[in-house]
Parts: sequence; C-alpha cells; structure tokens
Amino acid sequence: MFDASTTYVSLEQDTSLGMITLRADLASDKLKKAINEIGLGDLPAQRQIVSSSELSLGWMSPDELMLFCAPQNVADIVQTIADHLAGEHSLVVDVSDARAHFVLKGAHIREVIAKLAPVDLDPTQFDVGELRRTRFGQIAAAFWFSDQTTAHIICFRSVAAYMHEQLIRAAASGSEMGIWSEA
Amino acid sequence: MSTRLSSGGLYIDRSARKSFTFNGKRFEGYEGDTLASALLANDQMLMGRSFKYHRPRGVVASGAEEPNALFNMGRGRHFEPNQRATTTELFEGLEVASQNHWPSLEFDVGAINTKLSRFLPAGFYYKMFIHPRPLWKHVYEPFIRKSAGLGKAPSEKDASTYEHFYAFYDLVIVGGGIAGLAAAKTAAQTGQRILLIEQSAQWGGRALIDGGEVAGQPVDNFVEETLTFLKSKSNVTLRTRAMAAGVYDHGYLLAYERVSDHLPEAKGPRHRLWRIRTKKIIAATGAIERPLPFAQNDVPGVVLASAARDYLAGYGVSIGDRTVIVTNNDDAYLTAIAVKNAGLDVVAVLDSRANGAGDLGQKVRDMGIRVEQGKGIAKVKGSKRVTGVSICSQAGEGAVLEGLDCDCVAMSGGWSPVVHLWSHCGGKLIWDDRQQHFKPDVNNYPKDASGNPLVWVIGAANGVMTASGCVVDGERCLEGASDAGTAAQPETHEESGVNPIEAVWMMPQGAGYALRSKAWLDFQNDVKVSDVQLAAQEGFHSVEHTKRYTTLGMATDQGKLSNINGLATLAGALNLPIPQVGTTTFRPPYTPISMGSIAGLARNEAFQPIRQTPMHQWHEDQDAYMEPVGQWRRPYCYPRGSETHAQAVEREINQTRNSLGLLDASTLGKLLVKGPDAAKFLDMLYTNMMSSLKVGKCRYGLMCSENGFLMDDGVVARLDEETFLCHTTSGGADHIHAHMEEWLQTEWWDWKVYVANLTEHYAQVAVVGPNARKTLEKLGGMDVSKESLGFMEWSEGKLGGFDARAFRISFSGELSYEIAVPANQGLAFWNTLLEAGEEFGVMPYGTEALHVMRAEKGFIMIGDETDGTVIPQDLGLNWAISKKKSDYLGKRAQEREHMVDTERWQLVGLETMDGSVLPDGAYAVEAGTNANGQRNTQGRVTSTYYSPTLSKGIAMGLVKHGPERMGDVIEFPKVDGAIVKAKIVDPVFYDKEGVKQNV
Repeated sequence: MFDASTTYVSLEQDTSLGMITLRADLASDKLKKAINEIGLGDLPAQRQIVSSSELSLGWMSPDELMLFCAPQNVADIVQTIADHLAGEHSLVVDVSDARAHFVLKGAHIREVIAKLAPVDLDPTQFDVGELRRTRFGQIAAAFWFSDQTTAHIICFRSVAAYMHEQLIRAAASGSEMGIWSEA
Repeated sequence: MSTRLSSGGLYIDRSARKSFTFNGKRFEGYEGDTLASALLANDQMLMGRSFKYHRPRGVVASGAEEPNALFNMGRGRHFEPNQRATTTELFEGLEVASQNHWPSLEFDVGAINTKLSRFLPAGFYYKMFIHPRPLWKHVYEPFIRKSAGLGKAPSEKDASTYEHFYAFYDLVIVGGGIAGLAAAKTAAQTGQRILLIEQSAQWGGRALIDGGEVAGQPVDNFVEETLTFLKSKSNVTLRTRAMAAGVYDHGYLLAYERVSDHLPEAKGPRHRLWRIRTKKIIAATGAIERPLPFAQNDVPGVVLASAARDYLAGYGVSIGDRTVIVTNNDDAYLTAIAVKNAGLDVVAVLDSRANGAGDLGQKVRDMGIRVEQGKGIAKVKGSKRVTGVSICSQAGEGAVLEGLDCDCVAMSGGWSPVVHLWSHCGGKLIWDDRQQHFKPDVNNYPKDASGNPLVWVIGAANGVMTASGCVVDGERCLEGASDAGTAAQPETHEESGVNPIEAVWMMPQGAGYALRSKAWLDFQNDVKVSDVQLAAQEGFHSVEHTKRYTTLGMATDQGKLSNINGLATLAGALNLPIPQVGTTTFRPPYTPISMGSIAGLARNEAFQPIRQTPMHQWHEDQDAYMEPVGQWRRPYCYPRGSETHAQAVEREINQTRNSLGLLDASTLGKLLVKGPDAAKFLDMLYTNMMSSLKVGKCRYGLMCSENGFLMDDGVVARLDEETFLCHTTSGGADHIHAHMEEWLQTEWWDWKVYVANLTEHYAQVAVVGPNARKTLEKLGGMDVSKESLGFMEWSEGKLGGFDARAFRISFSGELSYEIAVPANQGLAFWNTLLEAGEEFGVMPYGTEALHVMRAEKGFIMIGDETDGTVIPQDLGLNWAISKKKSDYLGKRAQEREHMVDTERWQLVGLETMDGSVLPDGAYAVEAGTNANGQRNTQGRVTSTYYSPTLSKGIAMGLVKHGPERMGDVIEFPKVDGAIVKAKIVDPVFYDKEGVKQNV
C-alpha cells in the first residue's frame, strides 16, 4: 500500500536557488573570463556540472549553460556576465522562478531516481560532477549529485506538484529494492 | 484422489501452515505451496470449467503454461481474475473462486454445450451469427458476451500500488535453472554488469526435481554453490519472481517482478516493471512438456508427466494412488520411477513406441512396473475425475484391448523449447526431427544494432535435453553470444541408452472422428484435433488463419501447451512436413502482466502532470470551476453561492466592462528572442513586420506554418534593439519554442539568434476595466498614465514594490494592462491587486468571460476560428500580413491556387434573428446536394456565446462570400431538426472604433 507519510529518502522542495540561463559560444574567451570573474574555473564539459562553494555551472547544450547561485546574487551575476560578453552574441537571463528545485538525501537516492528517469544510475555510469537532462515520469527534468547521498532535481515550476507526487511514491517506504545499497 | 504424502516436498515448509478458502470452503496448505499444489493436497481436483463446452477441468501442468487452473482471486479492491494456480504462491488468508460456470462448479448448466459439441465445431460462431445482420447487435452479441469470458472483471478500484524501474546491464540472463546459473557464473567472471532473473520463487529449475549429477556434483550442490558465488559478486544482480515478458529492438527488455503477490500485507508495490536496456540477453528459459492428444485427455487427473513429478518432489503431493503413464519418449519413465519410489502404484507405462524406452525402460521393468510397448490410450474414463483408461494399439484405430482402473494419467508428448524471447525480435526456428520440436536456429539469431546476436539461447531452450548438457551449454554461452559465427548448433548426437522420441500427433494414429472430436489440443479455448482438421478441410491452410478460425492458442496461455500439437495436426491434415507449416508468431508478453504494472506510478495525483500557475491554489480555494487548457488547468469561471456557470460568467463580464476585473494570464507563452538577427528572424516567423517595431512598443502578430495555415498569435514586445519578447497562446508556448529552435537549428543555423522560454518565470495578471489605471496608480511606483504608457506600449519598474513589466494591451476591448512579475511574487501581487481593487468591486474572471469579451470585440481565437485549415486571409486579417516583406513562413503557400480562391469561406459575425445562441459548430445550409447526396453547405459557426454586454446571442463563423453578404440571412439546422436563422453582420460587435481600450 502506498503511504505518503514515510519515504526512504528525505525529500525537500527548496525555493532558494537562483538560476541563470546563459547562451553563448562556449569556446569564447570572453565567456571564460566572465566565468572566472564570478569565481569558477573551467567551463563544464558535455553533460557535466562544475561547482564552487557558492556556485554551480551545468552544461545544458552545445551553446547553453545554466548557472546556479544564491537568489540574492542573480542580478549582479547576470550583469557581470553580460558586461563581459558585450559585443558578443549571447543571452544571459534570470530564470530563477521558472523552475522548482527538489533535494533528495539518503543512501538510496540512485534507486529512487531510477524508478522515474530512464538513466543508468550505476556509480560507474553516473556520479558527482554529471548533470543529466532527462525526464521524470511524464515531465522534463534535470538532476545532478552534489555528493553520494544528495541529489538535486529541477523541473518547471508549473509541474512541481506532479514531481512531488511522483517522488513520494517512488520513495515510499516498503518499496526499497537494494540495488546500489542494502535495502 | 489427490493428497499430501507424509514426506517429501522440496519447496514446502511443513512447519508453516497457511489457511485459504476455495469457493468459500476453508483449506490448509504449507508455506512454499502454490495454490495448485495446495488444492491438490486437499483433493480438489476439479478447479474450473472450460471456456466453450463448460467441461470439468483440473490442473494439467505445474508452471506458467497451465491452461485450466485459473481463478478469481481476492475481493473488493484486491480482486483479480484469471490468476494461474500453478504460479500463485499460497499465503495466509488467500481467497479464490473458480470461474466460468453457473450455477456452481459441481453442477454447471453450460455443460450442455459438451453434448451439443458436434453442433459447435470450429468456425461455428462465424457461420451461425453472420445472418441475418440485425440480429448480431441485439441477439447474438449480448448472448455471446454473457456466455463468454473466463474471470469476472473487477468492480472496484485496485488498492495495490505499482512502479517501474529503469535498469541498464551488459548482460541479462533469463532463467534461473542450471543452464542460466552456469551461464551467470561464467559471465560474472568477466566483470560485466549482469542481471539474472527467474520467474518462479526458486532457483534451480526442474533439475532439482529430477536430481542427478552435473559438473561432477549433485544438482542441489551445484545450484547452492553457484548461487553463493553469484551473491558474492558485486557485478551480479539476482532477482526471483521476475519474468522476462518481452524483448524489443535496441536491447530493450521488459521484466515483470511480482514483488508482493505472496505477501499481500507488505508495504510497497505489488508489481514492478523493469524497463531494461541491455547489450545482450541470454535466454535460458527451458522447455515445456507437450500433452498427448487422445480422447478425453482433458478429464481432471490427466496431467503432464513432468507436472506429476513436480507435485510429488516439489510439494509432496500425489495426484492419485494409481497412475498410468502414457508417453512417446523416455523422459516420462522418470515419473514412473518417482511415483513408485513415493510408495504409490504405477498401473502401467503405455509407450507408443514399438521398441519402448532405453535404459530407463529396463530400470522401470526391474522395479516391477508393467510396461506396454506400441500401446496407447483409446479413451480416458470419468468426467469430473479420472476413473480409468482403455488401452489400444497406437498403430490401430482405437479398438479397446483392455481397461485399466486408475485415478491419474501422466502423459508426455515430448518437450518444446521455450523460444519466445528468441523469437520476439526475429530469431528464426528450425525443426529438429530427432527430438520432434522447433528450436532456435542459431545461424538466424535476433540481431542488435551491430548485427551481432541480441539474444542468445542456452540449455533446454536451445534443444539441449540433458542436465549436464545444459550446464555445459551455459558455461559456453559467451562464445555464441559474442560471436555467433563460431558457435555451433548444440550437439544433438544421440545419448547412449536413450531411445528416440516418436512423433505422436494423435493417439491412436488411426482414431476415428468420435475419438478425434474428444482429443483436446487447446484446453483453455476448447479446440480439439477434429476442429483443426475441419479448418484444414475448409481451406484454412495457413497456420495463422487456422489459429484465428479455431482460436487455437488464442487464450490467456497463448497456446504454450497446444501450439506444436496444433500445427502438427494441421500439417498432417494438409499432408505437409511440419516445418513447412511453421509456427504462429511469438509476441510479448510471455505470460500476462498486470495492467497496474504497465501504469506504474501514474495513478491518482500522479496520473498525469497538471500544470499550475503561481495563483492556482488561490483559484482552487475560491472553488473556481477549472477547465483544461493544454496541460494547464485554468479557471473557467468563479461561481458564487448557487450561481450557475452562465450567471457567474455574466457577472464577471459586467463587472469587468463596468469597473475592474482580474485575469490570471500566467499561462501565456513568453519567449525571449535575442541576437543581432532577431528582428530578421521574427520577420520570417510572423506574417507582419516586426523589425520595424520600436523599442518600448508592442505589436500583435500572426504565425503561420510553412503550409500557410494560421498556427499561433500573440503580442510581441521589443525590449531593446536586439531583444524581443514574443507572447504565444497558452497551449502554444512549447510548440512555438520548438518551432523557433527547429528553424534556427536546421535552416537558419548561421543566424545569430538565441531563444529562451521564460513562460514559467513570470506570473502575468491582466488588470482590465475602466478602473484598471486607478487601481495600479494606488499601488504606486511605475507611471501608468496614458502619456507614459500608451496603448500598445510596455514599460518596466516597481509597482507596489513588485518587479513588474507592464504591457498596455487589451484582449477585451477595455482599458487593460497585462503585468508580469517573477512567478515567486505572483500570488502576493495578485492579492495586492485584489486589495487595491476592492473599492471598485474587483472580481477575478475566468476563461469563459475572456472568450466572450474577445468575441464581442471580434478578436479571433486560435483553435476556435482556426482548425489547421484556415489562413489569416480567411479571417479578414490581411492588415496583419505585410505586403512589403519579400518572404515569411507561409507566404508562398498562401499564394497557391486554392488559398487565393474567392470561394473560400470568410470570417463574419452572425446574429440570430430571435436573439438565441447558435449551436457551436453548426453548418449553414444552401440549396441542393453534393455528389455524395449530402446537403450543400455555405458556412459554419466557429465561436458562439451569449453576450451579456449586448443581451443577445453573438457568433462568428466562416461563410462563403461572407464579407460581401452583410445583412443576408442564412439558415443553420440544429440537431433536433429546428432551424435557426442568422443575419450576416460585422464580426466586431462592441466598440468598433476601439475608443474604450485607448483611454
């Protein structure tokens, strides 16, 4: 029986994540300087996400990145990057409110995600440092791990309620499988 | 009678009793029992009635192939029909009821059909019910529906839960018998990621039942040691109760895990569907024993020889005290030995072969068992259970030589490899004449994307019929699976001491009609040898046609027992070799899987994503009546008290036109288009000129497909020289975003344009009505005066402390602002507006009021006035089509002959003569009929509403030569036959000059 009251990973919807869409030529020197300026090193490679203590920058497509930061810093960062990219074809825009952010914590996060997303979650195939754009059930979503027991999932805000419903079902106590950790 | 023996039973735990009920009667079994073994242990031989003739039936097999023992199981929200007793594990409190009988299992009125069977041959329904035609619907179909069917349909919603699991492996091995285990052991050492699945609850397969030695040790030791080894390997996942249902292209494999069928009180899902991608599949799926076709072979107590051994060794259950074995091969002699060793009597072994069996034959004789060679069964005696058999010569026509009393008949017609998984993706079969079965043709394997074998097959599924051979085949699996070219067909040389099987497709071979018409091929669908022969006689020469004509193999068991016997019978009737007749198609799933497992988590609140705006909860709290708009739910209206929807809509419109209304417009698509080529890009996308739009201004635009048809519309705002914000329809945002990306990525890849979909970043509120400006001014901040923010202009700044971008656009004809704020501020902004508007009696309005107000203004709606066949020129929108531009998407299409035809129906307003509301979609008729004899038409209604503003019905429609026919009256017949007369008028019913919106 489905019981929403208990889940075998913890689940939280976090409303304080700033997000910036950045479209540009990813080989641009100006872009690299801008990224260095805000405190990050190399750009993420394909399907990767790079992080500092305050920022994460994920690869979204061959000409698109997404920057994750504290919401109060969004405006300044948008301005900094836009200034650096002046004269170069680019688009830098605050999209913080367009998406919902869920944080899963626990030993079984891989298994719970694999019930919803068609992604190979074996540690040899997906690990910290990767960002995957995929689907969860019937909606588009992306996720990454900040450590072995913490997963971040983003989806469009209009379907956050659906995402929450799916996650609590997939993580319902009693449905443990013990694939990547003891059940 | 069938009973539990005092000892024996590999699978059961005699210390754990489980009670269950069958048709309300209370029985007891043991943990580890299947429902079938537990029923047999309680002497419940009669388990159901057959589908067509309602004949008494008992269990015939012991696994997934069982055709007879199907039950209605559980009750209420846990009810499920057609549960197979042989694969249902017993649990405390299990409730089952038998199926397909009335009034009771013991006495079934429908059994009269068996007396009438000579009048119900193959194809009876097709022949009988075709004439007279009208009787089908009213007489025949209700009758057939009542009499057909196995279990009952559930009447309550399923209380169980289900889920999916996406899994990825290098290798999936299907089947936990000794071949599969041996294969897993070999493969595990390569370090590949491996999944080994077994459909039953136990590892080891039937080798454990038959015993013996493999790989130099007893079978049970081999199974245990191999399992211990596999469990120690981190690269191997083991799963019992998991059935591989189907193999699909690109290494897609569906596995059906029955997680808690045997633990109904457990939390968690009942079934789990594994959606697997694998590089390779090894099918170690074993083989299924075939029945023998002899008269009355369906009487309860006639079972497969292997099933008799399974019940004895696995569950300590005997089918009867006196067993007759009937066989055409050596394997069934094992049953004679097992029965005798259990202390029960083997009346005789009837071997159809004149030379009998090899070493096993001698062994059985040495045990003092009577063996009759060249003999068979003429007929089984008994109806609800076996009471005896008549012996005859296999070579003859069935003359009875002798009668034998017995209560169990164990039959074996040979073994058929389970080739389903091999065949799902195109693996071919060859006929093995020596072993009399179809087996995989390893030179014609199902291929992966590189042309290598996707599925490889080992063990009994590969026609290897000895235990030690299965282990060897399993150990060698990787050779064939990785490089089929070097793999040889498994060795099929004759084993010493074993006499070959003899083909027996009818027993006795010369049986007359009376015997053939009682010799069952398909137990579940009641198809007999005589039916297949009749089909052949009537011209059904293709095995696929014969299958459908006779329904052979079309029941829930999909012919696991009947297919080979059936097509061999057909081959005999057609006088063709069996391989020339061939098999029917093997399709997934291997055995039926639950509907719930297919749905997975997608039920109730998680059934489908419903998109919600930031103000969604507020709307629900007001008890707004919601309607679907794309995946969104939007308020249709906000009824108060006992108001009808029509009354609510009227109130919302009057309030908005007279004072102030608010609309949640957050669903509107918002696409940011930026780059040096953005203006050029939008000129191509929209029919009108967007490059000339000034920064700070808004313009309404139309978007067409390359075929010229109107696809979307909306207001474009120019944010700066190279940045535009394009508003799309609510349902069109994602589609138009994809449309833009497609053109940018495939056609104009060198244009410097980036698009971002900001739809959900903003909440948007339309503040509408004569008091809209006063309300916004109360909030303070941004200057919203006519001078600073004129009609079709936008500006941004703070509004009541919110980060706002305000657009002076109007879809209602009133003074109107659409204000976008970041979505997280949406609800607070909405509440602030409600507070500020209180003195003006502010009300939210829904989509219906929006639709009526736009229709009063003659504004078109995508999806109402357009349906994929309408071009802007049809709608009088020529003013929005640039004449100056050399090109835009749809331009050339709109110049084609049919598009410039003056006969195309054109948009007009329609006003009924009596003030009533025209039916939506109604057609206007004109004189005469067309080539098909249908009434000619001259137009149709596209939008129709009651207008509270004008106190009458108004409509828009497309009418032939419409704009030239102002004042004409045309007729719209209604469904009830009455006719509504309507006058053609201008589509703009309200404030044609646009004074009100431009204040």
